[in-house]
Amino acid sequence: MPSTPHLSRRDLLRAAALVPAAGALAACAAPASQPAQTASAAPAATSAANPLGVGDKPLEVWIFDGGFGHQYATDIHQPLFKSKYPNVEIKHNVTKEITKILQPRFAGGNPPEVIDNAGADMMDFGALAQDGQLQDLSPLLDAPSWDDPNVKVRDTIDPSVIEIGTYDGKFSVLGYVNYIHGIWYSQKVFTDNGWEVPKTWDAFLALCETIKKSGEMAPFTYAGKHPQYAYEPLLTMAAKIAGNEVLVNIDNLEDGAWKVDAMKTAAENMAEVGAKYLMQGTAGLDHVQTQTAQNKFQVAMLPCGSWLENEQKSTTPDDFAYAMFPIPDITGSDALPYGTLHTQPGENFMVSARSAHPQAGMEYLRAMLSKKAAGDFSELVTTLTVVKGASEGREISPGVTSATQAVAAAGTNTVYYRIFAWYGQLNDECKAATGELMTGGLTPDAYLERMQKKADEIKNDSSIKKFTR
Amino acid sequence: MTFNRYRRGLFITSFLAAPVILYLVYVISPNVQAFYIAMTDWRGVSATPAFIGLENFERLLGDNVFWKAVSHNAALLVLLPVITIVIALFFAFLLNVGGRQGVSGIRGSTFYRVVFFFPQVLAVTIVAVLFQQVLRPDASGMLNGPLMALGINPIGFLSDSGLAFWSVLGVLVWQAVGFYVVLFSAGLASIPKEMFEAAQIDGAGRVSMFFRVTLPLLWDTVQVAWVYLGILAMDVFAIVWVMTVQQGGPDWSTTVMAAEIYRNAFGYFRFGYASALGVVMFLFTVGFAILSLRLSRRERIEY
Repeated sequence: MPSTPHLSRRDLLRAAALVPAAGALAACAAPASQPAQTASAAPAATSAANPLGVGDKPLEVWIFDGGFGHQYATDIHQPLFKSKYPNVEIKHNVTKEITKILQPRFAGGNPPEVIDNAGADMMDFGALAQDGQLQDLSPLLDAPSWDDPNVKVRDTIDPSVIEIGTYDGKFSVLGYVNYIHGIWYSQKVFTDNGWEVPKTWDAFLALCETIKKSGEMAPFTYAGKHPQYAYEPLLTMAAKIAGNEVLVNIDNLEDGAWKVDAMKTAAENMAEVGAKYLMQGTAGLDHVQTQTAQNKFQVAMLPCGSWLENEQKSTTPDDFAYAMFPIPDITGSDALPYGTLHTQPGENFMVSARSAHPQAGMEYLRAMLSKKAAGDFSELVTTLTVVKGASEGREISPGVTSATQAVAAAGTNTVYYRIFAWYGQLNDECKAATGELMTGGLTPDAYLERMQKKADEIKNDSSIKKFTR
Repeated sequence: MTFNRYRRGLFITSFLAAPVILYLVYVISPNVQAFYIAMTDWRGVSATPAFIGLENFERLLGDNVFWKAVSHNAALLVLLPVITIVIALFFAFLLNVGGRQGVSGIRGSTFYRVVFFFPQVLAVTIVAVLFQQVLRPDASGMLNGPLMALGINPIGFLSDSGLAFWSVLGVLVWQAVGFYVVLFSAGLASIPKEMFEAAQIDGAGRVSMFFRVTLPLLWDTVQVAWVYLGILAMDVFAIVWVMTVQQGGPDWSTTVMAAEIYRNAFGYFRFGYASALGVVMFLFTVGFAILSLRLSRRERIEY
């Protein structure tokens, strides 16, 4: 036998079988080490026509397929972007489960450019911010707007978007839709029965009593399976009584923030509604079931946001005429006037800092914020956007009209909270506790005690990154 | 000779290599990595988790929700096997030897045998969605509809925090019983008919026949059932996650360990902490396995 190295067929097969095994062992559950930031470091040159420096690399877009669908992306936003950058290939993707699909991409270091991070399975912005995954969108704010080169993008959108989308001092999350919270009802039902929109809490309770006695329908309901629909009016009510500081203190995890008098009054009021005026079985029904009950004229009022009309469009009778009213005056000496609203930008879009082409991602957002894109979006999904005046001159729907009027009436008296977006554990605890409050399992005092305890627990947990506003 | 042995070893190894490698890569290695991740502050999106030692384990000692979940698993570990085995044994006895002659099943037993097995055919998720509708608290609910028609207030099977856990247990039993009826029937079939005939000639009624003859002869099978059901009780993630309100609620009244692991990992993005919970669950499961193997050592009856 010659002594030259001899590779038998069997040896070859054996070696081949081991290679993928070794590779798989190396790339398993634990995160891979970070690949060097290559692509994003070298943007294309900027110019007046291309203020953010879009190159030729493809642009990957992920849309959450929820209440708004994803037609708005393929029919409105992407054609608009394409009209300016025909060389950039857009990879459009849709999912209902953002986290499951995209979390591994972040861990692996190749996230997509644009993500509509929304829905029940959205990724935690706090975690993304903590790890530097969010692209700083300040260049976008300072870029000229799509419609008018003399106006910056910053001046075309609702200022609360910038405030709410700021993490660690950097504007990094763009809420596209302006959610207006309130108590929703059918104008037809109210007109037919001669019921009036209540301006004070006493009038509201009197109205509930009237509706209950009329035997026509139940006065009030909320999505019992999702008690966040009940803590929203509770917190807004507390802010109405004692001012915006109530919510700011809660957001900042201040000591005793949950146990102030205004919170107690609000909790007592909500518990009273829960004890007396709820539709039967409310606690076990979800948002679709309760909202459909309202469409079937089984219940008069429910707390919700301005997405309601679009969400219910397939079950709403033609003459239903959705409308909303704000939280009524509670004490007669409320810190904030009648008409105070909880408005909050939602449907959050982000650009991944470590994606291959973040410049195109920002440019995509700039296109979305054009008046035409935002107006078409409003018309397609019957909801308001954060772009100022985008739905002006468009006749959209009774619900959108009602919400628009409410926003105009509120003026600068708008409030919001961010604590539940920052601390997921607190959100789940508040859902659990609010459900118990509404069904009588917890007294208002015990409820606030419990929330304060959880807030303190989070404050003292060094592993949870803290945010302030 | 040695060459032959070598060839033979090679032959065996070549067959074992693929499954062993798959097992190492997809079962052992993630498990080992979980132990490491449990000692980091990894939030799932970064590539550089920091090592923090046993901090996560200290934290979970004070985590009320997790210990609530553990207590639910513990309650299920006791209740689920007991209830399921009692019902399954009763049905299996009736179907096989409960008839008038004592050696055959009651009338229609072949039909019941098929019916009892139905729930086992359905996927767990389907069972969960099905029971969401059955237990609905309004007039569309299968249980509450008739109640409301009679003018009784609807019962919040899944929305009352004092009741939801029992609803979950009920659904688990409903789904599990069918399989164990079949298992026990097979066990009964292997017992010689003469035993039952002899007992009958000696004047044993149905009750004493069950306790004196059937149960002792089936003891091995019952033990197997106990271990299977115990393993099931450590998990029950799917039913809880899909069926209950707020995935383990209301007010954490139905949550289990697996649900808390999932929530912490994919809800709060605390992958390090969730891995620590996973390690604790792993220890509980191993503990249960060792305990049940120790306790079930018992002399076998030969016949």
